[in-house]
Amino acid sequence: MSEAKPAAAPSRGKMKAELSDHFKTYKDVWVFVELERGQVHPVSWELMGEGRKLADKLGVELAGVVMGTSGDGCDAAVAAAYEYGADKVYTIQDPLLADYRNETYTKGLTELVNTYKPEILLLGATNLGRDLAGSVATTLKTGLTADCTALAIDDDRSLGATRPTFGGSLLCTIYTLNVRPQMATIRPRVMAMPDRQPGRSGGIILHPLGMAEENVVTKVLDFIADASKDDAHLAYADVVVAGGMGLGKPDNFKLVKDLAAVLGAEYGGSRPLVQKGWIDGARQIGQTGKTIRPRLYIAAGISGAIQHRVGVEGADQILAINTDPNAPIFDFAHQGIVGDALTVLPALTEAFRRHLARAQAAE
Amino acid sequence: MHIVVCIKQVPDSAQIRVHPVTNTIMRQGVPTIINPYDLYSLEEALRLRDQLGGKVTVLTMGPPMADQALRKALSIGADAAVLLSDRFFAGSDTLATSFALASAIAKLGESEPVDMVFCGKQTIDGDTAQVGPGIAKRLELNQLTYVEKIRAVDLQSRKITAERRAEGGVQVLTTALPCMVTMLEHTNTVRRGTMADMLRAGRTEITTWNAAAAGITEIGLCGLKGSPTVVKKVFAPQPRKEKAKQIEAGENGDLATATLAALFAADARLEETLFRQTGA
Repeated sequence: MSEAKPAAAPSRGKMKAELSDHFKTYKDVWVFVELERGQVHPVSWELMGEGRKLADKLGVELAGVVMGTSGDGCDAAVAAAYEYGADKVYTIQDPLLADYRNETYTKGLTELVNTYKPEILLLGATNLGRDLAGSVATTLKTGLTADCTALAIDDDRSLGATRPTFGGSLLCTIYTLNVRPQMATIRPRVMAMPDRQPGRSGGIILHPLGMAEENVVTKVLDFIADASKDDAHLAYADVVVAGGMGLGKPDNFKLVKDLAAVLGAEYGGSRPLVQKGWIDGARQIGQTGKTIRPRLYIAAGISGAIQHRVGVEGADQILAINTDPNAPIFDFAHQGIVGDALTVLPALTEAFRRHLARAQAAE
Repeated sequence: MHIVVCIKQVPDSAQIRVHPVTNTIMRQGVPTIINPYDLYSLEEALRLRDQLGGKVTVLTMGPPMADQALRKALSIGADAAVLLSDRFFAGSDTLATSFALASAIAKLGESEPVDMVFCGKQTIDGDTAQVGPGIAKRLELNQLTYVEKIRAVDLQSRKITAERRAEGGVQVLTTALPCMVTMLEHTNTVRRGTMADMLRAGRTEITTWNAAAAGITEIGLCGLKGSPTVVKKVFAPQPRKEKAKQIEAGENGDLATATLAALFAADARLEETLFRQTGA
């Protein structure tokens, strides 16, 4: 991502430099499978689905990269990678990879890239994925585009990575000119989860890590699991209710929580609410917060800036409540209520409560 | 202890407007601020300095006007400030930015060895979170990103222990200095500078370095030339073909009932989902 004034930069569309013969040998699409404490982060399978499309367009193979300590979920992750679309898996299994550490994972992934030469490498834009991607891209001196919302293959086979820019007010498409691999991170839930194909299998390439613990500077002393998984389900919730500045004051956020409680839904808010400290950062919905893909999303008092839009566009149905009939949110919501969230929310809460109670009584 | 804090001057994103016709950014009159995430890192650096002694140098790359951000950081409590500014840096992507900043930090280290580098978690305009890890890799610093808490820094053993946010919990890590740290937001309360700090900020001279002064000889690694990525187009998102269907109050004047009916009509399985998750 160009940090300085992309809009002012001259169009360099015609300047896609010819790849050197060295980089022309880079092929295949890779997805880094994020395996932590035996669990694969679902974003990895979402990227596998997207990687499958890119690989098919290019006519190359799709590979998963599984790093971890043998036995600790590695075999299951490898098997799942095939079932989600990988043709083959590159894997490094070593006790040193039991916990994520930048040092060991950067070394392993960089070496895999240099040895097997992929043209595209995708990682989830999680804390782990971003920590790793920045180090690997700098080591390889290649381009890395963060938080992409769409990926496409150009006529000349290069990857066009689209992401929001300028604080989420516009979108831009970024290319990596004459270096490979082309790297990108994508946030959880931006891409749809592909169907799993049970029994689908593929090839495996084992690679050694080649490090000794005494040469690793960073040590993991402990892992303290979160006491409450308060926000853990927001990204994957079926129903989400969120509020924005239209709520007027912090106390009114309770109206959002009330409706969410009646629906058994998760709740969240727009970026300004987090910046003002009304809600916790983990509850932020949008480009810089959580991306959601619920069956139903209810947005109350949220104007709908692009940075919010890209975080909720995957929802099956969006209901927007806003006093301003010209608010941008009505451009991408499916259903709209022009009205004050402070009166509409309690009315909806009551109507849903009655409806669900009646259904229960009828059983 | 010498700590370098990298900051960035960014437009106050809440105030950015897009021209409705040309879809270009209307930058005029948009106030600039220090990237909010950088402030948590600056605060943490100042705390460590207050605890262990030493010096905090703030560093930024940007146009000459970015000195305002440095002046602000000085008034909060930083001891020295360096502005890295050169037309060769224009159009830098994250790889070129990390090269320039890492070069300047190396240069700073020649006179006073750098023990720690702090960066913001990410910026609010670029949102990439890539420059910090880029600097760490180039300078071979140990990397601690998304830190919630620094438990201890021991200058004797040159060790740091910190809690790092991971999926579903925090990792407690220990590593060696020199290291690069990015702090998570709301992990500390950013101080207001004292009156003495503000007066000192007014008097402190900001060091301005061009590429040559920062010891950069490989100009090809800076700016557009040193950037593997290019922005090919900037555009506004396509509006959906149809705008939201407006829900009106039904015959009995009840908007909420009409809304439920509209939502259930659009999604035949919504009701079942609600029953399932509310146990109804």
